[in-house]
Amino acid sequence: MLRASLREVSAALKEGRVTPTELCQRCLSLIKSTKFLNAYITVAEETALKQAEESEKRYRRGQPLGVLDGIPIAVKDNFNTAGIETTCASNMLKGYVSPYNATVVQKLLDQGAVLLGKTNLDEFAMGSGSTDGIFGPVRNPWSYSRQYKEKSVPKSHSEDKDATWVITGGSSGGSAAAVSSFTCFAALGSDTGGSTRNPAAHCGVVGLKPTYGLISRHGLIPLVNSMDVPGILTRCVDDAAVVLGSLAGHDPKDSTTIQDNFKPFELPNLTDVSKFLIGIPKEYHAPGLSSEILALWSKAADLFKNAGAKVIEVSLPHTRYSIVCYHVLCTAEVASNMARFDGLEYGHRSDMNKSTESMYAATRREGFNDVVRGRILSGNYFLLKQNYENYFIKAQKVRRLIANDFVKVFRSGVDVLLTPTTLSDAVPYMEFIKEDNRTRSTQDDILTQAANMAGLPAINVPTALSERGLPVGLQFIGRSFQEKQLLTVAKWFEKQVKFPMIQLEEVKRHNHGVFQHQKSAFFS
Amino acid sequence: MAAAAARGCGGVWRRAWQRGGGGCPAPTPRGQRAVSCNARGGAVPAGKSGLAPWVPVVGLEIHAQISSNSKLFSGSQVQFAAPPNSLVSFFDASLPGTLPVLNRRCVEAAVMTGLALNCSINKKSLFDRKHYFYADLPAGYQITQQRVPIAVNGRLSYSLCIDNKMSQMVTKTVRIKQIQLEQDSGKSLHDDTRSQTLVDLNRAGVGLMEVVMEPDMCCGEEAAAAVRELQLILQTLGSSQAVMAEGQLRVDANVSVHHPGEPYGVRTEVKNINSIRFLAKAVDYEIQRQIEELENGGTILNETRAFDSKLGCTVPMRDKEGKQDYRFMPEPNLPPLILYDAKSLPANMNHQQVVNIDWIHERLPDLPSVKRAKLVEQYGILPEHSFTLLNEDGLTEFFENVVKQTQMKPKKVIGWILNDLLSYLKQHSLTVKESPVSPFLLADLLNLLEKKEISSTAAKQVLAELWKGEGKTPLEIVKEKELELIQDQKELEQICQAVIDGQENEVMAIKAGNRKVLNKLIGLVQRETQGRSNPVLVKQLLEKKLSE
Repeated sequence: MLRASLREVSAALKEGRVTPTELCQRCLSLIKSTKFLNAYITVAEETALKQAEESEKRYRRGQPLGVLDGIPIAVKDNFNTAGIETTCASNMLKGYVSPYNATVVQKLLDQGAVLLGKTNLDEFAMGSGSTDGIFGPVRNPWSYSRQYKEKSVPKSHSEDKDATWVITGGSSGGSAAAVSSFTCFAALGSDTGGSTRNPAAHCGVVGLKPTYGLISRHGLIPLVNSMDVPGILTRCVDDAAVVLGSLAGHDPKDSTTIQDNFKPFELPNLTDVSKFLIGIPKEYHAPGLSSEILALWSKAADLFKNAGAKVIEVSLPHTRYSIVCYHVLCTAEVASNMARFDGLEYGHRSDMNKSTESMYAATRREGFNDVVRGRILSGNYFLLKQNYENYFIKAQKVRRLIANDFVKVFRSGVDVLLTPTTLSDAVPYMEFIKEDNRTRSTQDDILTQAANMAGLPAINVPTALSERGLPVGLQFIGRSFQEKQLLTVAKWFEKQVKFPMIQLEEVKRHNHGVFQHQKSAFFS
Repeated sequence: MAAAAARGCGGVWRRAWQRGGGGCPAPTPRGQRAVSCNARGGAVPAGKSGLAPWVPVVGLEIHAQISSNSKLFSGSQVQFAAPPNSLVSFFDASLPGTLPVLNRRCVEAAVMTGLALNCSINKKSLFDRKHYFYADLPAGYQITQQRVPIAVNGRLSYSLCIDNKMSQMVTKTVRIKQIQLEQDSGKSLHDDTRSQTLVDLNRAGVGLMEVVMEPDMCCGEEAAAAVRELQLILQTLGSSQAVMAEGQLRVDANVSVHHPGEPYGVRTEVKNINSIRFLAKAVDYEIQRQIEELENGGTILNETRAFDSKLGCTVPMRDKEGKQDYRFMPEPNLPPLILYDAKSLPANMNHQQVVNIDWIHERLPDLPSVKRAKLVEQYGILPEHSFTLLNEDGLTEFFENVVKQTQMKPKKVIGWILNDLLSYLKQHSLTVKESPVSPFLLADLLNLLEKKEISSTAAKQVLAELWKGEGKTPLEIVKEKELELIQDQKELEQICQAVIDGQENEVMAIKAGNRKVLNKLIGLVQRETQGRSNPVLVKQLLEKKLSE
């Protein structure tokens, strides 16, 4: 039952084959047995069960609120949840309980969804591995799959078995792992430079970054306001469309959302793709792209071609400046957004009380990790009067060029762009941490980042398993606010590739051993 | 002591004093007015030092709190003197994840003000973040309009009188550089004994209009007159209550001095000015301080100074921000603010969602200058009287109400309003609204006078009674005190005869041709009747009797 899709389990609830409470309990118990994944920072067992109970009453009355009623979901821990801790995986907000719900959280709850808990991430969503939060790294469920175990042979027997586990990608790694390990049916992530699509690719789930402005950011603790979008992680494209339909539309609390109401849609079962023009941007053949993924990408293009779609190579010449441009814009906004964390109104406050200024300094030193502090420093540097023109303004101009590249390509008739999501499959944690956060983020965002610059919708669709038995995904980038078209193509593709389901039989056996090593990680 | 300050309209000042002995570090000798700004122009006596004249330059930055029920970007109420931290929304406290939502009323108020100050309104304006750390600035930045403000390039005309004579008024103009919308900060209260800072966020996020005036003024009196005119305009529009004492209008003055033909001098910024009177004092003090400093070979620091109203001087301020880089950047959570006019208004737009400049323009109330002109034209009063009427809150309405209810000519009514009513109110520190005598009662009284039922002497007596506010009508007081004119001609004739009989010498003089003595007889009749006789009638009776 837990492996079902959101729509399937929703049907089961409606038909009474399972009750919301049973479903919630099963998820909670799986969360417990997969605790070693470190996907959740907070499990809201009590409130989840209460919500399930309410949902059950509605089903008994025959008045469920809709498809989401009784569906267990998880939310990345950078969305505000009233009464449930919101930490951003940072000492700064450890223990912080928000008095309000983010709009997206409120919408899910209003439609009867059961909130299981808050998922792990890189501190303030700054990272691409879900390894840099104060609660420790998230483990990719595929590390414990039969598929991975069969293919990856430990180099030596003496080597710690534990050293082979791979990262989830990030920064929404907790949400991706939660969906991938069947502890919830859908999860919210956030996507600023690829933070939803990247872990979705590594964890073999669907990750949708909608058009900027389609979903409210109110209550999402910002990384880069002008690029942040709430992301949706699900098991299949249809589920992503369902969740999108429940979240999208104008929010009076977020002035950057679209004015119009959003009409939820159902995706057609496409049989004919001959009317579609698929663009293959050559710049995505980036340095460091694994041959395996390159081959898969070509195969996918052939798949469309063979099915009658027109596939052409296109150019997005400014994409290569995307990362360096992002670095300036991101750190500048980070510097600004983080200024509020001064220890006065909320969050961590240092004991240092020599002066207000020394209290600020100590609070921010103790509250933020090196990554966050590093970005604050760079950002403030770029915003200095003497640097503003040379860095911030230039980066904004480059951003416009990057966005215009997409406009031109779409204007030329291209419907959807097909690209890889990541350069390679997920790497083992021990290998990942050999490089610092900045280097990693720079490499890992390269294929996802430009869509954020341009505000375009993009989706990761799990495509195949790598030689090591790990998931590999491909990305579709669509036209602004053309989610329906994007998801329709993605759904057709999903149906063709028949991505295998994760075989997690070993989890229970593995559980004990791994759990011993996880003492350092924090579970609430 | 040196000669008193002397300056000309062109803004030329000369060294004007020598340091008075001791006390306040002020260069102004005690008991002597720092600077008298005369706007007459023309030649000015040379200073004794014989040095080149100084030109003071004064520019103003004025923060006007927008009169609105809620804050600029949040739904919190705006209210003066509410319990600390009782009007704070999640956004005002900068809780993570909250976003600004622009208050339409504040935009309309700024547009209205911009139009009233002859600005061009930017159809597209932008918001920026200005960063600095301070305890009463929860987000670590203020949302303001640094790059493209809502209104630019305006001008404000104001009048001031020469040599303090109401009858000699000149009109001047100051250019308005821009009006920008921005958030107010909270308030910090420093408890030095316990080395604590208490923060009240009620004011945090309240909408402000920052009005930047170009340095077109040259003395305290000009600055004061300009601010007073702005204040009247804001109050007329209702865009700000603009009460300085409640901090709804805050004025910072930028002051510098230089020699004619030379570039502007280094300027100082004078803050902490909380009344218009203090503004004039602070500016004049600062001008003189700078002149003296420079003439003594010193330099002017580009610094922030605070006006100390008790000492009457400016002192260097512990600059809360120091020299710092505000690291401006665009506010990413607010789209550009787009305004429309009749031409650009899209047909399918919901009118609730747009601000139409033309619509606001058509509904602008009469501005003070127009109101004054209308008063002069409609009632035939003097221009300076129209200034006084507008300067006192509610006085124009009071005057017009009296005029409506009386047959007395407005020209005569204004005398009663300005001389009797206003001076009484000032004496008792009352506002017009607190006046114990209503327009109705005053009109009633003036009607008795106009109908010649009482003399003006008696009218003043009645007014004195009316101030007591005992609820009696003028007529009741007249009856009670028997103040009505003697209407019985025979009675009056008898009194006149008695006076003539008792003043033989005077009668002789009159008959010999000295007509002036007649007034003495009239006075005696008045005394006899306790002011209840009509002087014109008495004169006629006396003349008639004396010619018999």
